[in-house]
Amino acid sequence: MHDHDHNGHDHHHHGHHHDHGDGQDAPSDIALRVKALESLLVEKGLVDPAALDAIVDHFEHKVGPRNGARVVARAWTDPAYRERLLADGTAAIAELGHTGGQGEHIVAVENAPGVHNLVVCTLCSCYPWPVLGLPPVWYKSSGYRSRAVIDPRGVLAEFGTVLGDETAVRVWDSTAEVRYLVIPERPAGTAGLDEAALAALVTRDGMIGTALL
Amino acid sequence: MNGVHDMGGQHGLGPIVPEGEGSPFHARWEARTHALVLASPTRGNIDAGRHLRESIPGPTYLAMTYYERWFDALCTALVSGGFVTPEEMARGQADPAAPRATPRLHEADVPAALARTGSYVRETDGKPAFKVGDTVRARNLHPLGHTRLPRYARGRSGVIVALRGAHVFPDSHAHGGGEDPRPLYTVRFAARELWGPDAAAGDTVCLDLWEPYLERA
Repeated sequence: MHDHDHNGHDHHHHGHHHDHGDGQDAPSDIALRVKALESLLVEKGLVDPAALDAIVDHFEHKVGPRNGARVVARAWTDPAYRERLLADGTAAIAELGHTGGQGEHIVAVENAPGVHNLVVCTLCSCYPWPVLGLPPVWYKSSGYRSRAVIDPRGVLAEFGTVLGDETAVRVWDSTAEVRYLVIPERPAGTAGLDEAALAALVTRDGMIGTALL
Repeated sequence: MNGVHDMGGQHGLGPIVPEGEGSPFHARWEARTHALVLASPTRGNIDAGRHLRESIPGPTYLAMTYYERWFDALCTALVSGGFVTPEEMARGQADPAAPRATPRLHEADVPAALARTGSYVRETDGKPAFKVGDTVRARNLHPLGHTRLPRYARGRSGVIVALRGAHVFPDSHAHGGGEDPRPLYTVRFAARELWGPDAAAGDTVCLDLWEPYLERA
């Protein structure tokens, strides 16, 4: 972890000056203000600082897109699991041990020849935490929230995903407590791979729908 | 409310900058803010929390980063909830006369709390007014309070593709009106119904909409 360390972190891959949220640099005093509030709440007995450490550890190390990748790989290799996942995503995902907030009502939507799914939350940042962890900055950005519904093909092209007219794009705007997980198509030439090897092929962006595998 | 947070369909709101699958936090203060919000005594009503963030004045909301909004709304909730006085917030020090509280969430309880899957579905006696396959129109509503009916869908017609059960109704729940569960539907709109003839013919947008947002088309 680091405060405003723009050098040497591993989150930008496109040569942009990195921003912390929505396109602007955070004012330099925000780190101090957060620290001051934490101190105040600890002093008042309202929060346990060790609980904060545990929460951060959870979102940095316990949940993330590898959870979702396991779910997808299982669905690819186990037809009965795939059926359960499509019928009741929350229950099927809980079978693999992934539960928790922002995963109360998970619906899996499956890509297929001629059908591509894309997930957005235009009103805030709804995202299936137990299977994907916390969303990337771009998912929460004004640019993605505004354009994914009106110009999904343009947005997909910016991610390098160009779809032909024969493929229908189904956008899912997460306006309630239902959370959507895209099941990407299994890549060709993977018949010999086991579940773990398949899971390694599944990307976060593939499960949001901005990428193909 | 017709706030700037209701972004669907707007142009010119900035770039989309892809990033890899590293830590979801880009600075320690972001991680601490996320944890503070989850551990805060104000945590509980997700709809009220969302409404606090979307009530940040539009120009400020747009200029803020994501976790700045979370931090701002957390400070507001702590003061309005009576957990922190405005004086304490300004000074950054606790009033020595104030009684010491007990944290809502202790370290030992964190794993169970984060693994707990609740539900927003409630049992009700009411029968859903619509069924899968029905054509409905999103009502032309412009409430001043919290709503989860985006502007871009209002007045547009779509087809119900799923009934999700009776879910806690945000328009009530965010404003002290109780959970007021109402049937929740997934409604599929043709992209051309929403955006006109330039949209691709087969493309669709699905939204999860509560029954009070809908009328028979």
